Amino acid sequence: MKDAVLYLEDGRMFRGTSLGTTGETSGEVVFNTAMSGYQEILTDPSYAGQIVVMTYPLIGNYGANPEDVESDRIHVKGFVVKEFCRHHSNFRATQSLISYLDENRIIAIEGVDTRALTRHLRLSGAMKGIISTEEFDPKVLAAKLERVPSMEGADWVKEVAPRKPYVFKATGNVRYRVAVIDCGIKRNILREMASLGLECHVISPTTSARDILDLKMDGVFLSSGPGDPAAVTYVIETVRELIGKIPIFGICLGNQMIGLALGGKTYKLKFGHHGANHPVKDLESGRIGITSQNHGFCVDVKTLPPDDIEVIHLNLNDQSVEGLRHKKYPLFSIQYHPEACPGPNDAKYLFQKFIDLIEGTKAAHA
Amino acid sequence: MPKRTDIKKILLIGSGPIIIGQACEFDYSGTQACKALREEGYQVVLVNSNPATIMTDPEIADATYVEPLSVEILEQIIAKERPDAVLPTLGGQTGLNLAVELWEKGILEKYNVEMIGANYEVIKKAEDRKKFKEACLRVGLDLPQSAFAYTMDEAWAAAEEIGFPCIIRSSFTLGGTGGSIVYSREEFDAKASLGLESSMINEILIEESIEGWKEYELEVMRDKKDNVVIVCSIENLDPMGVHTGDSITVAPAQTLTDREYQMMRDASLKLIREIGVETGGSNIQFAVHPKNGRMVVIEMNPRVSRSSALASKATGFPIAKFAAKLAVGFSLDEIRNDITRETPASFEPTIDYCVVKIPRFTFEKFPEAKDVLGVQMKSVGETMAIGRTFKEALQKGLRGLEIHHIGLDNKSDYRAIEDEKVRQRLREPNASRIFYIKYALQKGWSLEEIVEISRIDPWFIAQMQQILELEISLVDEAAKTKTLSEKSLRRAKEWGFSDAQLAEILGMSESQVRTLRKQMGIVATFKLVDTCAAEFEAYTPYFYSTYETEDEAVIQNAKKAQGSDKPRRKIMILGGGPNRIGQGIEFDYCCCHAAFALKAQGIETIMVNSNPETVSTDYDTSDRLYFEPLTFEDVMNILDVEKPDGVIVQFGGQTPLNLARRLQQAGAPIIGTSVDSIDVAENRERFAELMNRLRIAQPNNAIANSVDETVAAASRVGYPVLVRPSYVLGGRAMRIVYDEASLLSFVDEVADVSRGHPILIDKFIEDAMEVDVDALCDGKKVFVAGIMEHIENAGIHSGDSACVLPPHTLSETIVSTIRTYTQNIALALNVIGLLNIQFAVKGKKVYILEVNPRASRTVPFVSKAIGAPLAKIASRLMAGETLDDFELPDLENLSQVAVKECVLPFSRFSGVDIILGPEMKSTGEVMGLAPTFGAAFAKSQIAANQPLPRQGGVFMSVQESDKRNIAFMAKRLQDLGFKIYATKGTAKVLRSSGVTVVVVDKAGEGENNALLLIEQKKIALVVNTPSGKKSQSDMRKIRAAAIMHNVPCITTLQGAWAAVQGIESALKDGFTVKSLQDHYQHK
Repeated sequence: MKDAVLYLEDGRMFRGTSLGTTGETSGEVVFNTAMSGYQEILTDPSYAGQIVVMTYPLIGNYGANPEDVESDRIHVKGFVVKEFCRHHSNFRATQSLISYLDENRIIAIEGVDTRALTRHLRLSGAMKGIISTEEFDPKVLAAKLERVPSMEGADWVKEVAPRKPYVFKATGNVRYRVAVIDCGIKRNILREMASLGLECHVISPTTSARDILDLKMDGVFLSSGPGDPAAVTYVIETVRELIGKIPIFGICLGNQMIGLALGGKTYKLKFGHHGANHPVKDLESGRIGITSQNHGFCVDVKTLPPDDIEVIHLNLNDQSVEGLRHKKYPLFSIQYHPEACPGPNDAKYLFQKFIDLIEGTKAAHA
Repeated sequence: MPKRTDIKKILLIGSGPIIIGQACEFDYSGTQACKALREEGYQVVLVNSNPATIMTDPEIADATYVEPLSVEILEQIIAKERPDAVLPTLGGQTGLNLAVELWEKGILEKYNVEMIGANYEVIKKAEDRKKFKEACLRVGLDLPQSAFAYTMDEAWAAAEEIGFPCIIRSSFTLGGTGGSIVYSREEFDAKASLGLESSMINEILIEESIEGWKEYELEVMRDKKDNVVIVCSIENLDPMGVHTGDSITVAPAQTLTDREYQMMRDASLKLIREIGVETGGSNIQFAVHPKNGRMVVIEMNPRVSRSSALASKATGFPIAKFAAKLAVGFSLDEIRNDITRETPASFEPTIDYCVVKIPRFTFEKFPEAKDVLGVQMKSVGETMAIGRTFKEALQKGLRGLEIHHIGLDNKSDYRAIEDEKVRQRLREPNASRIFYIKYALQKGWSLEEIVEISRIDPWFIAQMQQILELEISLVDEAAKTKTLSEKSLRRAKEWGFSDAQLAEILGMSESQVRTLRKQMGIVATFKLVDTCAAEFEAYTPYFYSTYETEDEAVIQNAKKAQGSDKPRRKIMILGGGPNRIGQGIEFDYCCCHAAFALKAQGIETIMVNSNPETVSTDYDTSDRLYFEPLTFEDVMNILDVEKPDGVIVQFGGQTPLNLARRLQQAGAPIIGTSVDSIDVAENRERFAELMNRLRIAQPNNAIANSVDETVAAASRVGYPVLVRPSYVLGGRAMRIVYDEASLLSFVDEVADVSRGHPILIDKFIEDAMEVDVDALCDGKKVFVAGIMEHIENAGIHSGDSACVLPPHTLSETIVSTIRTYTQNIALALNVIGLLNIQFAVKGKKVYILEVNPRASRTVPFVSKAIGAPLAKIASRLMAGETLDDFELPDLENLSQVAVKECVLPFSRFSGVDIILGPEMKSTGEVMGLAPTFGAAFAKSQIAANQPLPRQGGVFMSVQESDKRNIAFMAKRLQDLGFKIYATKGTAKVLRSSGVTVVVVDKAGEGENNALLLIEQKKIALVVNTPSGKKSQSDMRKIRAAAIMHNVPCITTLQGAWAAVQGIESALKDGFTVKSLQDHYQHK
């Protein structure tokens, strides 16, 4: 335990103490309002490049286990909480969160007035920050922070993309085979698709449209992932070529890249949506789902061709776009996380919609 | 979709008197519902027998019936008002059960009244354990193994199958009545038959015991478009086996991974859909096996519950208000979240603090009852505390409980407690188990051992261990350095240590600690409860304290100061904290009224309270709400930030009054009656001096500071004497003693209660009549608002005594003497606001018993009886207005008689005798309003759930001195068609007066004994006046049986008189109903 600070790019500084890992780390500081699911959050590749602040003050209560991970490692660059639990309790826990973070060499600090920090981010917007256990001089920290690239324009996908392609097998009979463009996918997306009989061929985001079509898949899935969607030009280009040729379903970053591929623009939200309680209305059914969200960018619906694109999901908190559908081609995408983990399972039905889309397309071609 | 336009008038059934298991949370929910419905343009007809509720204020509903909650009366109201719909889900189990009964009897159909929110089938499906079980299985949810039984044979068969221990649950009861855990065959017969009898439909469920499993609750809401949200998750510290109302509970759930939490959430969604709760809130309970995670459903309440109130206060999400809006057709996304303004209600609150609820028990009032907890609820109130950590919230909660604990403290020395006792107190759930966990930790027992004995989740024990470890390090540091470093002190405050706890550690006074920490810059900061963990801006100022870096109350006040609005006068109202016997909803009622009245005058109101069940802790009752313990430290912290122009201490009962002196010394601007006047009223010597000066007679009295002094004083005053420790409320530990031996045992017992306060001794005037008076005074003028004549003799606590307004037997001279005395006392004390006086009248002599220069328990009753909002007027008097500014009612021409009756919790405490005395034991009260005393009394008895019989047998056994008087009553009853039973002695006197009597034994041998006749329902009324303190054990059994079989049992002659008049009136004239609005209009 060492004294530590979190210094923000606008000069505000918060004090706390570190866990076992000391040193310095920097990234975009965002807050997450989910009350449970810290292990899923830590391992979600979409948090690459970010320092995550948990608004719930007591973190680590149920320890850590080998099951509740969304990828093969922790992706957050730093972790900020009010209080880490010293004695966890859960029948599935195999270690404490503190040892889990320390083992993974994650710089994590506690004792921070996380509510004040959250209010600050809400009022001033997500911004760069640096956690240090070594340097407390604001001037020095400010200088260091200047060298940290901004989230806008940053391609973080290449940092988390898979080294080589692999197949995630369907549970039971294979109904369809889909190409999964992995920009930083969460495991539960694969689990959900597999449970519906989709054999997932996970491929690198740099795979060309030609190569993807050569795989003769039944559909293409575009995953979630970190960073600025506009910076991932190679995937946007690929998607543009695929539209209309094969059924496509995208989630989160996937949704944003689809928006860009359709000629639209994305913009950065002030402090993003990171939590597990956002109400989203499915405009087709009228049903409201409580959704898991994690995104800092958003598709600007006004920039999309209105004749081709229909907004199918809407965030009821801020009226932002949460889902798109192409009126002519087999394509739809969702901005939030129907795979949950963490968060409510209200939107799981969307994976079935992907299958319906594949089947509908096949029927039309038959 | 907008609201329904096919319904215009909605009937809302309240929950009646406060009883264990159903407290003021239903006033809170009902009031919210009324306001929400009227906001949408519906007419609301409200029925509730409890006058001490905000919901029965005439301005809350369009037609307010303070009438008994019985099907008979409700039908009359329905026939008169012809509502289009009834909303049954906001009046607790009482409201729900009545709606079910109205449906089953065809009354709803007859008058074409639709059930909205939850219809009959839904209620049945959720409440009927068999249907519920089937529903759970249909959607694939796991349940404890169980079987239903309707007879003892079936019960035995089921028990053999399931094995012991097993749980017995009785269908259609509330607060777990009739439920129990059966550990062995030997106990089974008694417990199973009790269960069968408690059930409305003679049905019990015998269930696999899941005692010791982790217990959770989810608060769920659904709209008619099938949108469902979870408002809050709650984890119980006490594992399965303790009623959730008696458990320490924490929000949100702490030890579930997201995966397990989502499983529970999914199960809740499936269940609410399968049960079909169309709209509104439900509460679903789950148990989780601590070792393998098996999750089972325990039960579901298809209505707003106590937990909904807690969840609302814990999150800021107003469940009852939204439930009402959903019931009339709105969907969740059409309702705005009041706190954030911009976002809709169709979301799930997320919180960035920890909430701990701790139940408040009153076992000290029932010394014969064991303080062991089980599946039947026994607590009478609760406190809720909010902190940034569990440790902080737990310690705040413990000091907010007002049971003389200042946190997880060292009130008892662990070294003095034997290991075996600690072990037993850990194993068997009880009211003070939380402190025994600390003793065990102090004894060095391992966490694992404590977990094994108590089966409390290790997470909680570990948190407590951290508190203890910090305490030990603080003690060390203080011993070495004579002070504490800034770092240590800050950590202590962050973990909820009170200044009082630190004072003990540092060997300083509490105020020295306060000064020390303030010098170090360690001050409380206030954070908002905002439903969203700061993700959106919050507009409602609902605060809790913690020790952090940023203070949002300061930020808000600074912003306000910059704004263009003229600064308003600020008045702070101190609430009453957790409900307890003697200090309940009546005081919250007064606090709310102060807030309403002052707000209407343009004054900014600040409420401080820690009771989640109340209307006062609704964020829109006052301008600013501080959810904080009512201790000197916590109140001072708020004063430092808010700097109000006035502080009101006379509405929250004894709690704020006890703080008054210290607050004033610390500079708090206390308004209303001065602290010095309060002292005159409470200080025996100063009070006696004043009474002498005013020439008002007092029973002989004395004050004593030691055992010897007490004995001497008692013999000087003359037995019998009334003894009690000073500064107590609700007659706590007050007793009438007839000799020195019982006096000595009393002094021994109260050592703990009095805590340094002297013992008061009064001559007890036997056979006197007691009179209660409530009055208003502005310092110059006095308005004697209500003179209430008690139905029981003096000697029974005024809170336990039925009373009637206006007095019905007092002579005009006596009434005028009482009025004069009241005026003289009010002016002499320079009362500004409310004042309550108790007199005893014997013959033509009026004695003063006590003066309380504060709001009393009877303020709401009097207000409703005379049609004047006393507490509102009082608060405006305190803010500077005079009585001349108000139009006060003419009390000479009241068209109605009002009777207040109390409701007693004896059925909850087995083995306790139901004799009333100077120590208050009732939990709530009802009001009967009618043109005559007899009818008003009869109504009050129906409302108190002990309706007077209209036929059957009356059993009489009275003490010698009452025998002559009882004969006349027996004759009247006989003429009305009743059959009279009596014990030998009583029968002899009755016979000689020409009454036909069947002589019966009290108990035991032979066919002809009262116990058996009560069981066989041949006796419908028991009149038994005990002699002195010694009651024969046979009579005790009879009274117990009467309670068990719900046969009214009257223990005073005056009560019997009232009963006879009531029965006569019910038989001859029946009842009429009238709304308060009509009462006041036609006056």
